Amino acid sequence: MNRRYVVRRLLQVLPAVASILIVTFAVIHAAPGDPIVAVAGESGNEEYYAFMREKFGLDRPLHVQFVTYATNVFRGDLGTSFVQGQAVTDLIAERVGPTLLLMGSALLVSTIGGILLGALAARRPFGPFDLAVSTTALVGYALPVFWLAQLAMLTLAFRFGWFPIQGMTTARVSYTGWAHYADVARHLVLPSLVLAASEVALITRIARTGILAEMNSDYVRVAQAKGLSHSSALLKHALRNALLPVVTVVGTRIGFLFSGAVLVETVFGWPGLGRLVLSAAQTRDHPILLGMVLLVAFSLVISNLLTDLLYARVDPRIRYR
Amino acid sequence: MLPLVSGAPLAEPEAPHKWRVAIRSYLRHPAGMVGLALTLMMVVAGLLADVISPGDPFRTVADPLLEPSGSHWMGTDNLGRDVFDAIIHGARTSMVVVLGVVAIASVIGLTVGIVAGYRGGWVDDILMRITELFQSVPRFFLVLLIVALFGAGLDNLIYVLAFTSWPTLARVSRSEVLSVRDRVFVEAARSIGATDRRIVLHHVLPNVLPTAMVVIALTGSRIILLEASLSFLGLGDPTVMSWGYLVSNAQRFLRVAWWMSVFPGLAIAIAVLGINLMSDALNDVLAAYSKVTRPRWRRRRVVRGAAAPSLST
Repeated sequence: MNRRYVVRRLLQVLPAVASILIVTFAVIHAAPGDPIVAVAGESGNEEYYAFMREKFGLDRPLHVQFVTYATNVFRGDLGTSFVQGQAVTDLIAERVGPTLLLMGSALLVSTIGGILLGALAARRPFGPFDLAVSTTALVGYALPVFWLAQLAMLTLAFRFGWFPIQGMTTARVSYTGWAHYADVARHLVLPSLVLAASEVALITRIARTGILAEMNSDYVRVAQAKGLSHSSALLKHALRNALLPVVTVVGTRIGFLFSGAVLVETVFGWPGLGRLVLSAAQTRDHPILLGMVLLVAFSLVISNLLTDLLYARVDPRIRYR
Repeated sequence: MLPLVSGAPLAEPEAPHKWRVAIRSYLRHPAGMVGLALTLMMVVAGLLADVISPGDPFRTVADPLLEPSGSHWMGTDNLGRDVFDAIIHGARTSMVVVLGVVAIASVIGLTVGIVAGYRGGWVDDILMRITELFQSVPRFFLVLLIVALFGAGLDNLIYVLAFTSWPTLARVSRSEVLSVRDRVFVEAARSIGATDRRIVLHHVLPNVLPTAMVVIALTGSRIILLEASLSFLGLGDPTVMSWGYLVSNAQRFLRVAWWMSVFPGLAIAIAVLGINLMSDALNDVLAAYSKVTRPRWRRRRVVRGAAAPSLST
């Protein structure tokens, strides 16, 4: 990874950010009705509207408004939720923690699980295990994640009573220290497993394809010809190089992880962004939804950047042409 | 124009013949046939909704929270509505949305992609910048925002979903056009004076369509999931029955009425699985009969990573 590549890649962030701002700005201003309603809600009075009009420069020309909008975004001012009366940034910041916890654990489980399953499937391609995994993956793609969440709740929580049903902590009891972490962890299991399940299919497939491709490459064949066992070849050579595509894919899945997390959280009552998005959707609270678009979009930009840089670091063939 | 080649490509056989062979080999593809059956089930349910389940699915027909039985195959929900009827009408909603979105997105996506790929130059650049613009924003949340701003009627839903789906199709068709544009038979056609329009319609399009069809099918299944998620969050059209709405309604009654959740969700899964199987089968079949010969190692799959997953993009 050379300096030139890093610089060029970082510069690519700028047009991405610009597109995000342009698209969101266009959407808000293309909405039917007075844009003041989009910004300030429907139940304001004349004074409030005048104040908001001034603040957002709504009577100024479009490009001036855009600059105002962009500056506001970068200052962290994403407007105020007119339903909840608080700043959008505050509302999101309050709830983002649990969501990140959920996403993080789902990411961990799905990546590790996917690599493991992919490796096991690749050991004997088209064998029984491989076919079972592929079929499960095929069916898994088709399941809506919120339904999977309900199924999990129906079977594992209600029927078997293995896991708590709702929320992040047990209500009416307040634990501290380790007991608190254990409580959260217990509540985390089901939601993160469901979210991971929706991701693991793809990771497994990519890991499997990558490993098979590596196993067929020259250097592995040479190693095997020199006496290395099939399993060792898989573990020590193929796996390592097949990790790269997995890492790349994971970076692009952040958008899905967010949307999946939102849906899973509404089913499990997980106190994260899910509930915020749900209520914002139902009450048509645009500022919050806009805030979510920006949050996820910028997260995507960052995660793509990180994966590209990681990829470049690990693969010495990457140079910027 | 001299009837030298009469517009037919120099090196390749006629198009219709290929289609018949492709269809026959599709019929022999087990997974593809299963997918076709499942999809047909949904289409038939949608088309014949008023015949299979006459009346308003929103009306109360019996006591609430009845278990599945002979008279109510999938039980009743908390308002005494028949779940089976609701699902049948939900199939119609899904079908309408998918067909509407696919129609609009295909027209826009194919046109943009083919024009961009064929013309090249600054036209290509501009169109691709516009496409990239849409791909930088997370689709699910953008759709949430747009629906909240523009209203949640079925029409709006279709426009919004189509609006966010055409870029992928444009990219794919553009790359297909690029791989065909410089082939010998196109050059030959041009050298005997074929107009651009003729080249595009007779040579470029038939080569773009197979791959495009696979992507269109995948878009369709993605749209079903997206529409279900929107309805689940309360952003669907409240005047029509929707599977997502049914699943969200089941949330409060999970403990007492598992059938309110299981059957609608199963419907969604079956519809999506059906379309995914079909697109996988299409992929395999069209790869085997690809008009443009590819090197051996590439022959397996026309569309890389087909049947890519769930929600939005």
